[in-house]
Amino acid sequence: MPTLTIDGTEVTVEPGTTVLQACEEVGVEVPRFCYHERLSIAGNCRMCLVDMEKSPKPIASCAMPAGDGMVIHTNTERVKKAREGVMEFLLINHPLDCPICDQGGECDLQDQAMAFGRGHNRFDENKRAVEDKEMGPLISTTMTRCIHCMRCVRFSEEVAGVPDMGALYRGENMQITTYLEKTLDSEMSGNVVDLCPVGALTSKPYAFTARSWELSHTETIDVMDAVGSNIRVDTRGAAVMRILPRLHEEINEEWISDKTRYVFDGLKSRRLDVPYVRKKKKLTPSSWADAFKAVKSKLKGVKGDEIAAIVGDQADMESMTALKDLLASLGSSRIECRQDGSAADASVRAGYIMNSGIAGVEEADYLLLVGTNPRLEAPILNARIRKAARHFGLKVGNIGNAEDLTYRVDEFGDDASILQAVLDGKHEASEALKSAKKPIIMIGQAALSREDGSAILKAARDIADKYCMRDGWNGFNMLHTAAARVGGLDLGLTTEGGVDAILDDAEAGKLKVVVLLGADEIDTSALKKSTVVYVGTHGDEGVRHADIILPGAAYTEKFATYANTEGRFQRTGKAAFAPGDAREDWSIFRALSDVLGNTLAYDNLQQLRARIAKDVPGFENLDQLQSADWGDFGAKGEIGAGGIAPAIDNFYHTNPIARASQIMADCIDARGGLVEEATGTNG
Amino acid sequence: MTETAAFTWTAESEAAAQKHIAKYPEGRQQSAVMPLLDLAQRQNGGHLTIEIMEFIADYLDMAPIKVQEVATFYTMYNHKPVGKHHVQVCGTTPCWLRGSDEIITACKKKLGVGMGETTADGQFTLSEVECAGACVNAPVVAINDDYYEDLNAESITQILDDLASGKDVKPGPQIDRQTSAPAGEVTTLKEFVAEGEGA
Repeated sequence: MPTLTIDGTEVTVEPGTTVLQACEEVGVEVPRFCYHERLSIAGNCRMCLVDMEKSPKPIASCAMPAGDGMVIHTNTERVKKAREGVMEFLLINHPLDCPICDQGGECDLQDQAMAFGRGHNRFDENKRAVEDKEMGPLISTTMTRCIHCMRCVRFSEEVAGVPDMGALYRGENMQITTYLEKTLDSEMSGNVVDLCPVGALTSKPYAFTARSWELSHTETIDVMDAVGSNIRVDTRGAAVMRILPRLHEEINEEWISDKTRYVFDGLKSRRLDVPYVRKKKKLTPSSWADAFKAVKSKLKGVKGDEIAAIVGDQADMESMTALKDLLASLGSSRIECRQDGSAADASVRAGYIMNSGIAGVEEADYLLLVGTNPRLEAPILNARIRKAARHFGLKVGNIGNAEDLTYRVDEFGDDASILQAVLDGKHEASEALKSAKKPIIMIGQAALSREDGSAILKAARDIADKYCMRDGWNGFNMLHTAAARVGGLDLGLTTEGGVDAILDDAEAGKLKVVVLLGADEIDTSALKKSTVVYVGTHGDEGVRHADIILPGAAYTEKFATYANTEGRFQRTGKAAFAPGDAREDWSIFRALSDVLGNTLAYDNLQQLRARIAKDVPGFENLDQLQSADWGDFGAKGEIGAGGIAPAIDNFYHTNPIARASQIMADCIDARGGLVEEATGTNG
Repeated sequence: MTETAAFTWTAESEAAAQKHIAKYPEGRQQSAVMPLLDLAQRQNGGHLTIEIMEFIADYLDMAPIKVQEVATFYTMYNHKPVGKHHVQVCGTTPCWLRGSDEIITACKKKLGVGMGETTADGQFTLSEVECAGACVNAPVVAINDDYYEDLNAESITQILDDLASGKDVKPGPQIDRQTSAPAGEVTTLKEFVAEGEGA
């Protein structure tokens, strides 16, 4: 453990720490552009120069390993001069266009020029100009502003695993570009906008719409996938202007996927902002009172077993509970949260969460993927797997579709019956799991939404039981695609026969009333004979055959609780009000219960949450990875032969908000259309 | 040049490429990117194309952009077709002081093209390059792989004439001088020379 002195303060650091990191430990700020803690060290901006005693020249602190007995000075005249010099060189070719630059106000170069620059420039020649590059619908470029820190290049190669960015030519002619100016084909390309310390790469959808200082920030979480990335929603008035990542080491580090970042325009279009009631086959806007009255009249004389509900992928736990309680008061317990037909079993919590945690992937040394494509289902998790595969020696095997996951994968084929062979120890994966110190089997919804999903779940459980249990380590991981799913399973929202049985019964006329809580990934044409009450945010599949529409709040418009795929409870913040007459979903059910004469026993969110906490252990322990007891789940059965179809065909269109987003549509166009008609997580 | 056909090694180049790759440890075959680019450029008659760079990227199992980065960084990889004889006149200070302007004028006059241009018959491309590293023999012109040194307007014109008519030309100093030894009579260390060295 080297001990060094920084500006007179002695500090002992881990071996391998750099001088810059040691400076941070003692609270000494060192300016930098190219250095980034999650990327490899480049050492090419020279802004972090500090003085080291016995060194004839200032040293680049980001690249210098801390050594025992080093004496570092960061406030000498020479350091000041060095910084001023570097700053002056950087500004030689940087345009003075801050007033028209989107980075203005949150620009590293601007800030550091203020703090460490000279204040004037001795360069009289012309500045160089660089042609802007085309990088697709998400990233806007002004390459003249580029200072060649190479963060974007390192990010795309190291984190995203899509080595399509590079620096062409040399010296003064150097230019950053994507290969042949194609769209960066990564599901997390938007992160280069955050990484860019200047205004060279900025957000295209956000371009010239707002200034950073006029935005209100709301810390919340994302519901585009089941990862639960921590985000900050920036709003101006009622409009969400942009979405940025928040640091959470155990979940998303500091990355978010493009869907998370750019879906915000979907919050503004195709919104349901007033209640609708179908009159003479036409949906007509109505008041809340009339809509509730309509529901009441439709429920008249309807027996409990003629009522069912399906919960969508973005429902929060509060509204699911309120809906469950409302149905219970009507005599029905038929409420289903697995709208993709997944066989996930609600009886054992350890059987439907990611027991190792997302960060646990870094500790693992063998990962067997079963019917999942983490790159599309959870890009942030995929980046974590890639990190583990690159730096910590994680080996990955895959039973499922062979896709480019950006790291080396041993493909075992997509035949689900391989699982039986693995369980019987007759497959190479058996040996790999057995000999690994911390093995993981990660099962996706694609495998579980097959006909034989229960049998596959059981096989995966038995494999985990046989090979993946170590002292203090449970290697059974389920990867969900829906933000609502773990919460729904925690609340026990599963039914015999699942969503298919509900749709079949509705088609057969056995169900009089079906409530859809944001359920848009099902084929609603089966519900023609029933009265459909749709509670949700967007005019999507769910409203097609709806008879009464009650407008709800999207995830940025309510205080709500979600459990991510790890089973970690997190709460959203309210960044804006829901549009028009739309209300927070739980309060809709509460108000409706009042009209129906069976008022739910909670008047506010606190009481509702207290009610949930009674049913769901750990509900109040926010943001904690809670270990769950292992048990038996799934159903023994024959695993049919045949491939596993992917759970997601189109990454950019997996939910109603994304489908309403023009930016997401542009992303699809930029990739040559992919699939015209999105089926989302529809199994 | 129109559509470039898909590039692939000739048997000869393939053997040479494998020889280059073998110089590096297993899994470090990407280190051979520079000699392979050069090899491909020669095979293709003097310049590289996107197809060639992609071919080499694939051959060495690396990202195409990484090959493009290397190929655009170094000036001796050409990205546009060049003539059979690539006349590269050094214009850096020592050559300039020793009369490179005169050489350039002579070349332009003889070939009838400007800097960076190729003659209509595709025989010559004229370019100005930075220091060729042979300042002691300034002014210097590199034509393909050979250096022609200690030039003046007459000698460069003669060389270009000879090349155009397919005659053999002698690379190296174009005056009475052995490599970079002092030109003309020996003025120092005469005894040393008399004893044998360079006598």
